[in-house]
Amino acid sequence: MSARDAILGKIRRSLGADASDPARRAAVTSRLELAPLGVIPARGQLPQAERVALFCTMAKKLLASVERVSGYDAVPETVAGYLRNNNLPAAVRMGADERLSSMPWVEQRALEISRGPSDGDDAVGVSHAGSGVAETGTLVLTSGGDNPTTINFLPDHHIVVVSAADIEGDLESALAKIRERYGKGEMPRTVNLISGPSRSGDIEQKLILGAHGPRALHIIVVDEPGVS
Amino acid sequence: MQVTSPQFKKHTRAALANPHLQQALGNVRAGFIDKRKKAVDALPEFDQLRDSARDIKNHMLDHLDLYLEAYEAKVRASGGYVHWAETAEEARAIILDICRSAGARTVTKGKSMITEEIELNDFLQKNGIRPVETDLGEYIIQLRGEHPSHIIAPAVHLTKDQVEADFRRVHDHLPPTRDLTEHESLLYEARRVLRPAYFDADVGITGANFLVAETGTSIIVTNEGNGDLTQILPKVHVVVASIEKIVPTLEDAAQIMRVLARSATGQEMSVYTTMSTGPRRPGDPDGPEDYHVVLIDNGRSAMLGTEFQDMLRCIRCGACMNHCPVYHSVGGHAYGSVYPGPMGAVLTPSLAGLAKSGHLPNASTFCGRCESVCPMRIPLPKMMRHWREREFERGLNPATQRTGLKLWAMFARRPALYRFATSVAVPLLSMFGRRTGRFRHLPLAGGWTRYRDFPAPEGRTFMQQLSERDAVTMQGAK
Repeated sequence: MSARDAILGKIRRSLGADASDPARRAAVTSRLELAPLGVIPARGQLPQAERVALFCTMAKKLLASVERVSGYDAVPETVAGYLRNNNLPAAVRMGADERLSSMPWVEQRALEISRGPSDGDDAVGVSHAGSGVAETGTLVLTSGGDNPTTINFLPDHHIVVVSAADIEGDLESALAKIRERYGKGEMPRTVNLISGPSRSGDIEQKLILGAHGPRALHIIVVDEPGVS
Repeated sequence: MQVTSPQFKKHTRAALANPHLQQALGNVRAGFIDKRKKAVDALPEFDQLRDSARDIKNHMLDHLDLYLEAYEAKVRASGGYVHWAETAEEARAIILDICRSAGARTVTKGKSMITEEIELNDFLQKNGIRPVETDLGEYIIQLRGEHPSHIIAPAVHLTKDQVEADFRRVHDHLPPTRDLTEHESLLYEARRVLRPAYFDADVGITGANFLVAETGTSIIVTNEGNGDLTQILPKVHVVVASIEKIVPTLEDAAQIMRVLARSATGQEMSVYTTMSTGPRRPGDPDGPEDYHVVLIDNGRSAMLGTEFQDMLRCIRCGACMNHCPVYHSVGGHAYGSVYPGPMGAVLTPSLAGLAKSGHLPNASTFCGRCESVCPMRIPLPKMMRHWREREFERGLNPATQRTGLKLWAMFARRPALYRFATSVAVPLLSMFGRRTGRFRHLPLAGGWTRYRDFPAPEGRTFMQQLSERDAVTMQGAK
């Protein structure tokens, strides 16, 4: 007997259950199909403007820095400003995400832009989040051809752009958006829920930022006029 | 699973006399409890979420066979491999096989208690593969050749100065004059030393906090980002998980996540919650080429349908040990099992056998704090009591203890006799102890009075006082 059959057999014997019991099968099929919502905290259930404000407050509590800009066209100069303010070299790495590439980077002549996955030598990475979660100040990033996962972890500074219109009240709504985009039961290879910069409290419970991932997380929330 | 729990008493004596350990344990008492309380107080729905989390896992456990089948089918459909292991030995062999097929010399590891349970590191090392722990706490204890002393803070038993001494000993390629006096400098040194290991590794091994049946996804929750670098840089990602990590849907995982980090570290969310489904997709610029999941039973299926089934709801947050007065006094190593504290006192006998771990369910004052903070509402004291009963039934405890218990049971089962005996004994004790109000020595209770005094009773028994009180209340009611 294979280990698989042995384990499943032991489980059924311990539970006194029958694999072909239609009631058990139906319970499982329906839960997988319906994916019922559980308890959703009231905290994030707010009108859009307050929701975005809550997202910014919660992200700052997680020790991320947050800037709000009006329109995607303002992002490149905001990125350049962040680099200057933190005495960083004028160079960033980013994926080929269309929302990022359609921004007016050419206006930042001094800024050097590398595309594709990070090899660990980049000081700063720029990503675009699929959504934000107001409840906890969490960013939701999905992997794909245009969104290398390495950029989320290897650079010392991670700058993440998110549209204010994509900020959801709760985690379940952000997960529902992924399901909508990829199909029921399907997922991209990696979904990164990021809540602040990397940290460790492993030595004497003292919290230090920058353990293995980025030491700093900078979030640019883009308000698009006319979009909500 | 190797346990040294039979030496529990010896371990506790050493732990209580160890000044470094006692200093380090102060951090547990001071840190975890306040942080959890703040996080819990900030979320009015916390208790409702605990109920929801408990119900989800109960439903999952009642249908575990079917959810495992559904999960396996989804992993396969996303291009991943699923391996099943009944025992630790089978699991180790499967993982070694995967490493060998990948031609692995170096393996990076994210923090994983199940790989501690199956003693994976020693096994890989003996087979010529270098395992590198990348979580800071795990890295430190690997340098010291120790096991974790806490399930989420593996190096919580150490002080900063001890870590500095280890880094100076092991990182001998770095200038001896460097400054390592601050927590920051130690962390940054570990970061610098470990960075190249992620790129050298051929295989990355992580655990899983959740396996989602709906999508075939494994989820890890970390703060450092090491688990992510471990799984995205090597060619092969191996997820090692025990079978009860399954949850039905993403929504179910979201419910439990809300109680996990709050109970563990007092965070609302851990920094990185990473959902992985299968290997790199066509067109993906990074990520592993192969994705394997090793599903391990190692004793869990036998807990189903018994009074210990509820233990399989455990999400390994560590809140029970963070709030345990016994853990606070002796630390995790004294338990002699990779799972210390109250959750370990219940789980270790299930996994390693009661004969080897009988001390653990007895290492509790039954104060009940563990159950009161458990996010999954696991009745830990009740289950420790079940183990004590089994220990007695099987004659595993020492003869003096058994005789004492039998004697007590004889009185406890005969209320009239019990009342008579106490009505004689209590005034006597009260008379003898009148001068100091306490006893420094008592016959047959030397083990107890060696560490504390026994308070002298004040003259009347509990039952006497109660009936007087009742009489007064009755009069008042008239």
